[in-house]
Amino acid sequence: MATMVQRLRASVITTPTGSLINMVGIAVVVVAVVAAAQRIHQQGATYFFQTMGFGLAEGAIFALVALGYTMVYGIIELINFAHGDVFTLGAFFSLALMPTLGLTEGKISGAALILPLLGLFIVTMLFCALVNVVIERVAYRPLRRAPRLAPLITAIGMSALLEGVMNVWRGPFNLHYPDFLPEYQIPLGGDVTISAKAVTVIVVAVVLMVALTLFVNRSKLGKAMRATAQDRDAAQLMGIDINRTISATFFIGAALAGAGGIIYGLYYNSVQAFDGFQYGLYAFTAAVFGGIGNIPGAALGGMLIGIIFAISDGYFSVAWTQVLIFAILIFVLVFRPTGLLGMRVPEK
Amino acid sequence: MTRAQEFVRSNVRNPNAITYFLLAISALFFPAVVQFATGGSGDYLVGLAADGGVYMLMAIGLNVVVGFAGLLDLGYAAFFAIGSYTYALVASNHLGVTPIGHSLHVPFWLALFIGMFVAAGAGALLGAPTLRLRGDYLAIVTLGFGEIVPRVFRNGGVWTGGVPGISALDVPKLPGWFVGPWVGLDFGWVPDFRFTSANLTAYYVLMVVLITFVVILVNNLHGSRLGRAWMAVREDETAAAASGVNTVTIKLLAFSIGAATSGFAGAFYGAKLSYVSGENFGFIVSVTVLAMVVLGGMGNIPGAMLGAIVLYFILFWLLPNAPQQIEGLASSLGLGWLNQSTPDGWPGIAEVVSRSKYVIFGLILVGIMLLRPQGLLPSQIRKQELKHGEHEAIAAPRQLQA
Repeated sequence: MATMVQRLRASVITTPTGSLINMVGIAVVVVAVVAAAQRIHQQGATYFFQTMGFGLAEGAIFALVALGYTMVYGIIELINFAHGDVFTLGAFFSLALMPTLGLTEGKISGAALILPLLGLFIVTMLFCALVNVVIERVAYRPLRRAPRLAPLITAIGMSALLEGVMNVWRGPFNLHYPDFLPEYQIPLGGDVTISAKAVTVIVVAVVLMVALTLFVNRSKLGKAMRATAQDRDAAQLMGIDINRTISATFFIGAALAGAGGIIYGLYYNSVQAFDGFQYGLYAFTAAVFGGIGNIPGAALGGMLIGIIFAISDGYFSVAWTQVLIFAILIFVLVFRPTGLLGMRVPEK
Repeated sequence: MTRAQEFVRSNVRNPNAITYFLLAISALFFPAVVQFATGGSGDYLVGLAADGGVYMLMAIGLNVVVGFAGLLDLGYAAFFAIGSYTYALVASNHLGVTPIGHSLHVPFWLALFIGMFVAAGAGALLGAPTLRLRGDYLAIVTLGFGEIVPRVFRNGGVWTGGVPGISALDVPKLPGWFVGPWVGLDFGWVPDFRFTSANLTAYYVLMVVLITFVVILVNNLHGSRLGRAWMAVREDETAAAASGVNTVTIKLLAFSIGAATSGFAGAFYGAKLSYVSGENFGFIVSVTVLAMVVLGGMGNIPGAMLGAIVLYFILFWLLPNAPQQIEGLASSLGLGWLNQSTPDGWPGIAEVVSRSKYVIFGLILVGIMLLRPQGLLPSQIRKQELKHGEHEAIAAPRQLQA
């Protein structure tokens, strides 16, 4: 946490302010923040906390997906476009699995839910992880020494393929996803409340992210991942099995995306075969915003993008939210390609 | 030996020359053959081919960006949208209902180039700050741009007609045109001709002319100093910069020329459809064009054209017609039960086939990159590279250096 704050401070301080174009950029950000603050002030606290509940829940899901993008980018410098679709696949697969585990809406509730839901998470995460490992094995590994453009194109292809398979499987419809999360509002004093649904989503996501951070920082495989990300050749010379480490990265990233898919389904109660493309782009924006290749950065970026999303939806116009998110993506890449927490990455 | 003989002999083993020749021949005879085969009611199919020409133009343009200069542009449809909307604004009554209050009716022949220049300008504006980014970041920036532009047009309110878009665009006009049995008339010449959906063959002819024009232009660029600079940047940007190539300008030019071609195609598309809407320019268009270029062979103009023909044929003729054929096939094989949808989720085989568009995209992009990264019709330079440095080329298809 301390290093995170340090880096954030450093990143704010080291942003060059000299050139005109950077001044314009800063001015735009300031105007946006002031406009938002004014509207938030007008609408009052109840609405604000409600919006923040949406934003944080959405941000938690963004963060889970963003982690997969950032881990894969950190280790092999590839934008895994298929990642967003692995996320949707998690929702689709878990939806199909539910009857087997006895998860039928209206027939099961309360504490009886916990065990089947846990099973659902584990099986879905494993499934998505295996799919992603196969994708890496088939579409990215043979091209690891090829020029950069080649794996990017296969990544787009894999994304289209997954979307196509899901589309053939369930059609291009909005599918209903069962609603198992608590519906009541938790009072926070006064007439300020936060929905229990959002809290559940945030808690599950945070638990998964903490587990990931501990794994990457403490385990031997996590150490191997960090080493491979830093210098693949040197890591190999130290006896690290590169292929296994890269597979593990895809495995873990997709497991988180699969969990994200379930949470997404449970939170919105609706999934569609092409959701993952858009959602993956938002999550990728989050990863870039936080600093691509940086795990706490992805979590922070996800939360921030979620909050920006909710504020734009809640206080400004829903129609322009997506434009805003993609504008942020371009803005960050142009003015600060390292993101909020990222370090300068040399071009390899 | 006469010059003609010499020409034939020197090109007989050149796949590009053969492809150009075959393309020209088939473009010339396509309408006649279609009319003959359908008994004179093939105007619709000829019009479909004209729409395919729009994709071919875009493939030629994207080939400049991806194939020649090695920049991955995933938002190519944005420039297509800009070209279309520019045409819609300058060649319809729409500006009259905006706060400007005065509609422009620029003739098609001029508006085509306005659309092209506006798209090129947009390309330069986007490219100037972003082209110094590394290759994969550029891909993402263009992807974001491609998502923004249609939404801006959709949200543009009175300026862009909002969600319904702009309709009743002006059609191209000519002082005269020839008609014949293909539109149900006797052979003859009509003065003051207006291009309409009653004579799609006219659009086809116009499209062939436009493609020829663009191919000649792009082919000359490829052979010029600029074309060599693109290749140098694609192969090794650092080495190119060290040899005195201004890499940013070179990349910017590739980006703008690609955008210009897309805008050109967009203006034609708007005029032919006489209607534009933000729904027609999604990511799917960008991916389709990219798949065309990859399929045909990155960096080779006839390759991109061939890829466009093959993929357009699959997507817009084969796929819409396949469900019926498959149903018929299943019935005749005694598998008629496949045609019925069942309550456990099987939607019927026809529906499955018509849903499989994205699977085809995916298989083409992944399959080609893994099995034949040079595409169906690779460029000659790359072929020579393969001959000279086989060991190197196997490890890394240098053609694709980003």
